[in-house]
Amino acid sequence: MTEILQLVLVGVVVGSIIGLGAMGLTLVYGVFKFAHFAHADLMTLGMYLAFFVYVDIGLDAGHIGPFSFGWGMLVAVPFAWAGVAAACVGVDRLVYRRLRRRGGGFLNLEIASLGFAIALQAVIQAIWGSPPLRYHNEIHEALTFAGGLKLKPDQMLFIALMPLLAVALYLLLHRTRLGTAMRATADNAPLAEASGIDTERVRTATWVIAAALTAVAGVMFGVQSQLRFDAGFEFLLLPMFAAVILGGIGNPWGALVGGLIVGVSQEVSTEWINTGFKPAVPFALLIAMLIVRPRGLFGSSIGGSG
Amino acid sequence: MSALLEVDAVRAGYGSVMIVHDVSLRLERGELVTIIGPNGAGKSTLLKAIFGLLPVSEGAVRLEGGEVTDETPSHMVRLGVSFVPQTENVFPSLTIRENLAMGGYQRSGDVAERIAEVLRLFPELAERQKARASHLSGGQRQALAIARALMLDPKVLLLDEPTAALSPVRRGEIFDRLQAVREGGVALLMVEQNAREALAISDRAYLLVDGRNAHEQPGPEMLANPEVGRMFLGLDSAEGENGA
Repeated sequence: MTEILQLVLVGVVVGSIIGLGAMGLTLVYGVFKFAHFAHADLMTLGMYLAFFVYVDIGLDAGHIGPFSFGWGMLVAVPFAWAGVAAACVGVDRLVYRRLRRRGGGFLNLEIASLGFAIALQAVIQAIWGSPPLRYHNEIHEALTFAGGLKLKPDQMLFIALMPLLAVALYLLLHRTRLGTAMRATADNAPLAEASGIDTERVRTATWVIAAALTAVAGVMFGVQSQLRFDAGFEFLLLPMFAAVILGGIGNPWGALVGGLIVGVSQEVSTEWINTGFKPAVPFALLIAMLIVRPRGLFGSSIGGSG
Repeated sequence: MSALLEVDAVRAGYGSVMIVHDVSLRLERGELVTIIGPNGAGKSTLLKAIFGLLPVSEGAVRLEGGEVTDETPSHMVRLGVSFVPQTENVFPSLTIRENLAMGGYQRSGDVAERIAEVLRLFPELAERQKARASHLSGGQRQALAIARALMLDPKVLLLDEPTAALSPVRRGEIFDRLQAVREGGVALLMVEQNAREALAISDRAYLLVDGRNAHEQPGPEMLANPEVGRMFLGLDSAEGENGA
């Protein structure tokens, strides 16, 4: 039983990372109406940009309290956010926006985003190489709790960070003029434009907000595991899509819950199946959901349901 | 003095397929003008071309004498022209209040005050401000679409079949509201299939046939015109059944 509970705990950590990434992915889908295949590689970009500031520049001295990382991470994460946001807005201006205006349909955008994903991966590999990297090389001890359950302080932080970021996104979408305009654009972009909303500005803001979630999730993955140039494509893309579909495409809260379901089921499955088959779990969930309930558990609107 | 809105020999359509050929019309301040005509006459196409949703291939659109041909919809809104599409004219996942706030997105500061003003015209919406637009009835949704378009206090309101698919009672309510909007000083240019009720309240009306001007007359006179009634309204006489 303790073993299963331990796997559930690890699953919640992994699910938090997947869920945050999936929230960004589903937000982009809601506003742009296409599945952004490059999203997982943008997470990889985020983890490497943080590595650049934290390790390459040399801000990795010391630790914040019990955590494995030091104060330099507080500079590295915003830098990663800015870099991922710049990459998103840049590719939108150069490629996606042109395709949108040409009216070629979502398929062109899908293929363009797949191309962007492959290019990103190649650039990351060219700059930082293929061998895995780490923010820190020393081993960090886990804390032991009642029943022998173990969790590292970093992992506890990730579990706490997820609801905080989710609440921040909720407040942004529901309590601000920009957030309401994002939901309006997601609902009906031509009407939003005919109402005088600057929909291009709304789209740019959507990239910047999604980039924040993506970069944070990327750094979390890097801290929890290791940095690999193909981490996004190999370990995150499919679970994120499964989370998005589970939660209802376009629904950020659904994506978060979907992420937790994917994370926990992935980890718990290793009790019965070989770890090597773990990636098949989100794929099976995704297929089952598409067949049984294609609109997801919570409906498909940025507002949260319907 | 130039007309508030003037459409001068406009040709427009979808891609290379022209639907509207050489159509002219004008809308004066405070007027309610209706465009009627059989299906496929180009009424909705004309309205979309005026608002910049479709390109104008020839001719000109002028607002208070200044050319606004092919301006973007968001610029038209800034110039004081609002548009109510026939369908998909509200944000379904937003509440009534949020829909109105988005209609007034370009306003600065006094959005709440303007929402209160607009809701005085639509009391049934005022009672349900936190209801999602997707939960509204057809009539309430249409009322919300009009209310949303009024949020920027436009000079001109373009309406594409505002009573389509509504029951006679709801149609009557919408026409009453539109008259109230006109009395508030907004000029209305409306495409309408429920021609009899629309003509009865219109200052003037245009009949389009095959994308061309066929007739122009004050609304009630067009309703009483036996030739128009027989040919395009499906009436045996001016007192007969409506329909276009």
